[in-house]
Amino acid sequence: MPLDLDNLINEATGMVAEAGSLDQLEAVRVELMGKKGRLTGVLKSIGTLPPEEKPAAGQAVNKVKVAVQALIDERKQLLDHAALAEKLASDALDITLPGGGHPTGGLHPITLTVERISALFGQLGFVTANGPEIEDDFHNFEALNMPEHHPARAAHDTFYFDVNRLLRTQTSSVQVRYMQNVKPPLRIISPGRVYRVDSDMTHSPMFHQVEGLLVDENVSLSDLMGHLESFLNMFFDQDNCEIRFRPSYFPFTEPSAEVDIRINKGPWLEVLGSGIVHPSVFRAVGIDTERYTGYAFGMGVERLAMLRYGVDDLRLFFENDLRFLSQFH
Amino acid sequence: MKFSEQWLREWVNPPVDTEALGDQLTFMGLEVDEIVSAAPEFVDVVVARIVSTEQHPDADRLRVCQVDYGQAETVQVVCGAPNARAGLTTALAQVGGRLPDGTKLKKAKLRGVVSMGMLCSGSELQLSEDSDGIIELSDDAPTGKPLVEWLELDDSIIDIELTADRGDCLSIRGIARDVCARNDLPMLLHEITAMPVQIDDQWSVEVAEGSACVRFTGRVVRDINISEPTPAWMVERLRRSGVRSINSAVDITNYVMLELGQPMHAFDLDKLQGSIQVRLAKASEKLTLLDGREVSLDESTTIIADDRGPIGIAGIMGGESTGVSDTTRNIFFESALFLPEMIAGKPRRYASHTDSAHRFERGVDPAGQLDALEYATGLMLNISGGKVGPVMDWSERSRMPQRDAVMVRNSRLVRVLGITPSSETVQMIFTRLGIDSKQTEDGWQVQAPSYRYDLAIEEDYIEEVARIIGFDKLPRTHLSNTPVFTPLDEAAVPVIDVKKRLVSIGYQEVITYSFVEAGQQQTLRPDLTALALANPMSSEMSVMRTTLVGGLVNTLKRNASRQISSMKLFETGLRFLPNDDRGPIDQLDDYIVASHGDVQQIDDSIQQQEMLAGLVAGRLDAENWNADSTQADFYVVKRQIENLLAQANGMTATFARSDLPMLHPGQQAAVQVAGQLVGYVGAMNPGIMKELDLEMNVVVFEFSLQALRQSRVPKAAQLSRFPQVRRDLAFVVDESVSYQQMLDVVRNSVKSRLVDVRIFDVYQGENIEKGKKSLALGLILQDFSRTLQDKDADKVVARVTDALAASLGAVLRV
Repeated sequence: MPLDLDNLINEATGMVAEAGSLDQLEAVRVELMGKKGRLTGVLKSIGTLPPEEKPAAGQAVNKVKVAVQALIDERKQLLDHAALAEKLASDALDITLPGGGHPTGGLHPITLTVERISALFGQLGFVTANGPEIEDDFHNFEALNMPEHHPARAAHDTFYFDVNRLLRTQTSSVQVRYMQNVKPPLRIISPGRVYRVDSDMTHSPMFHQVEGLLVDENVSLSDLMGHLESFLNMFFDQDNCEIRFRPSYFPFTEPSAEVDIRINKGPWLEVLGSGIVHPSVFRAVGIDTERYTGYAFGMGVERLAMLRYGVDDLRLFFENDLRFLSQFH
Repeated sequence: MKFSEQWLREWVNPPVDTEALGDQLTFMGLEVDEIVSAAPEFVDVVVARIVSTEQHPDADRLRVCQVDYGQAETVQVVCGAPNARAGLTTALAQVGGRLPDGTKLKKAKLRGVVSMGMLCSGSELQLSEDSDGIIELSDDAPTGKPLVEWLELDDSIIDIELTADRGDCLSIRGIARDVCARNDLPMLLHEITAMPVQIDDQWSVEVAEGSACVRFTGRVVRDINISEPTPAWMVERLRRSGVRSINSAVDITNYVMLELGQPMHAFDLDKLQGSIQVRLAKASEKLTLLDGREVSLDESTTIIADDRGPIGIAGIMGGESTGVSDTTRNIFFESALFLPEMIAGKPRRYASHTDSAHRFERGVDPAGQLDALEYATGLMLNISGGKVGPVMDWSERSRMPQRDAVMVRNSRLVRVLGITPSSETVQMIFTRLGIDSKQTEDGWQVQAPSYRYDLAIEEDYIEEVARIIGFDKLPRTHLSNTPVFTPLDEAAVPVIDVKKRLVSIGYQEVITYSFVEAGQQQTLRPDLTALALANPMSSEMSVMRTTLVGGLVNTLKRNASRQISSMKLFETGLRFLPNDDRGPIDQLDDYIVASHGDVQQIDDSIQQQEMLAGLVAGRLDAENWNADSTQADFYVVKRQIENLLAQANGMTATFARSDLPMLHPGQQAAVQVAGQLVGYVGAMNPGIMKELDLEMNVVVFEFSLQALRQSRVPKAAQLSRFPQVRRDLAFVVDESVSYQQMLDVVRNSVKSRLVDVRIFDVYQGENIEKGKKSLALGLILQDFSRTLQDKDADKVVARVTDALAASLGAVLRV
């Protein structure tokens, strides 16, 4: 029986090309090369040939088989690509739809301000110290050189619990506690809540201060002014804020200076109280006044936050209106 | 202190303009609050004299006046003032002029009669509060002269805010001293001469031992004419200092006080009964003050008394009974010194913050009493006449304020200020300020003048040098000392890190007041006693918080009223637990009480603890097209807390049943880490929420912040090279058995090889008996030395199954 291989190839080529899907292609493969497929049949028929014809016929059939397999593979690859392309096309998303998820959280602007102050003073080696908010008379007044009936006490409208316990009116009380425990040289800042009996547009019964203290050898008023002036410039991202130091009076510093700043030729605003630590304060905590000098300052956090973030009403900080707070995310 | 610039310039007149003078004051520590023109803003107001008046034909109260205002012809002005009379010299606002309130004057008809301008009262010109009649000027005032010129209104009022230590600057003379030093100018001479004594009258004064009085000077002045008005220049200067004119005697005492700083008092001599006594008040003594208030005196208060009892609180306020009035003929002037330490606190005690009290509290010049008395006497004679009696002068030298000599070392000055001023400059400053100084080898020996209460130690004098040189002239230097390293505890998590973790999962930080309303506090934590303020501002801020949850709930409430009802909030801060008389604090609080973190405590009476509290309400995620609408519930918040604790200290938190009344009884837990209670989490009790007028589902938590800050320094452990084996087992148990109970049994029954236990299913329903539940556990096993075989795993499973059966009656589902 002559092997009509040419015809078979032609037919196979046509069948493969006509297979429009992977399933049809598989059917074609089975028809040609499956167990009962036509090529398999031809291969089997070689057994009936005379022995001398067998090798040549076997070779010829195998060649055809390889050729057909190649046709099928090629077609399969083509169909695979087409299928993938179709799937990808149908999987396309509207990538402009929002991703969703939880609403953004945020820190309170007072915290942001305190962090900025801490980071700047951290550059000069200041570390953070904390203290209690219910204070005793000694730490809030007495050790700060403000004995009972001192006229400066009148300016601190103090919340009392009883004769000895009160809500601290200033973070300066932390200075005393720190110096009682740690020996100089030292550089600390102490942010926190302070309290005064006062409430209006510009005063809140609770507000925040950051206290600073630097004790070392040869600390001068000029150093204090250099540090604070450059701090304020950095805090406000400016080269030359209008800053003025004017003599003032705090019982626990001598000399004392208040610091005002002015933005865009507006009114002068007081942002800091500062001075060279009074020798009585050093003596009260056992620091050698001949060897060490130091400076201390206290700044109003709300005032700095208002200036930096353009907040015009102090009370907004404690109303906790989420529409206000979410602006600081 | 408010004062007239012209007045100051009579004492020292530096060649600088008003603004520069203001800057000088500010930079010397006498902070200028405000500089305003002394003249109210009126235009075309002139001195005028009423020539004649006649009744308005159609109005009972109006008079038609012909007014001479310095022009050839008089003008007709209709006026309703009761004191509008012929011969009166007053002020005319002319047609075309303007009053300080903006009123423009036009030719007008009042009930048919033409009026060309307006005769003005003190209040209309904003020169005084007097609105009873038109202003009365002295008869020598020339008509037609602009009122601004006649009253010397071309002046500025400088208002300075003084610090508590500068009592010496509560006078024109005191301020002038600083200005002299700043400009290196001498003070212009103001000689005060003793008045010749004309009568012998003396009044007996007795000063008791132990009173606040250490010096008392005074004198009798008889036959004064109190009806003589205080001259315009004095009234104006008083006005510019914010002091109202009353009568010549009182005005003079105020004027002298403003100029020299010595408070004075004038008694009506005829109302005194017996001698003047200066003594401490007796208990239950009462006094009616000049302002009409009756006060009860206490035994630490120094008073002035006569034979009938108290007639004034020393240095603070006189009494009504002996005050100078319109009918006074004879007076007794008092010019005394009361010690600041004995006056301090008294103005507050008697709610009498008078100008006098303000000065005595801060310290009045111990050497200034006689000057003031003589100066006042002279002014009295000039204004109201009278006959002058001899001066009485009593003092107790030993109790008078002393000024000690102090050494000011040049080396110290350089060190504190960071500059090296010339010794001439320092010398000039000391001299101009009245500081007695002698140059020594290493600096100066100095002694403060009597009027400077604030100069005591070396640094005080050093500050004087810096103050007068000007802080603006000091250099800006940066300390050359290098900062030293400070300990950095790797196991201590900064608070800001904890906060940022919360922010990253959508929490908003809030800051609420530390004092809260007592009632709400009681509702939230009835088991804790809150510490009450002695002087709260309002009932909403009357006790210190024992929990931070209240502030969060209030924040929720406020925002919910603005249609924002889904939120995640947190706050950090102290809570305050008094130890005295505190209610039964549960075990949880007892632990938290023991952990203060780094907040130092003042004593054992109160615990101040740093807490972190959170609140979740409403939807968890923002509204979105594909988000499920998961509402806040216990498990979601628990998951976040487990995460937070794991991040903070790398340890697993366990949750035990708790019974805080503010939380839902079945949905709350005490949170433990390493066997220690650190806080609680739970859904708010719906009953409590109803009481708080907030009916919504809310989950809260509150922790000791310390628990979230205590981390550890990691220690690397050995890792196993052998594979893990997993066995999944489902057990049926009573529904009352908790997962934690099962976990504990499992962990106790297998000591090694069990590296993890997972729960992957909780099931109740079909195939499970009612009252029971099925929990499916995955046991993860591993060994360090070999690969586990099936029989190894079987052994573990058997042990776990037996232990669960024995302890909890668990039945293995097969």
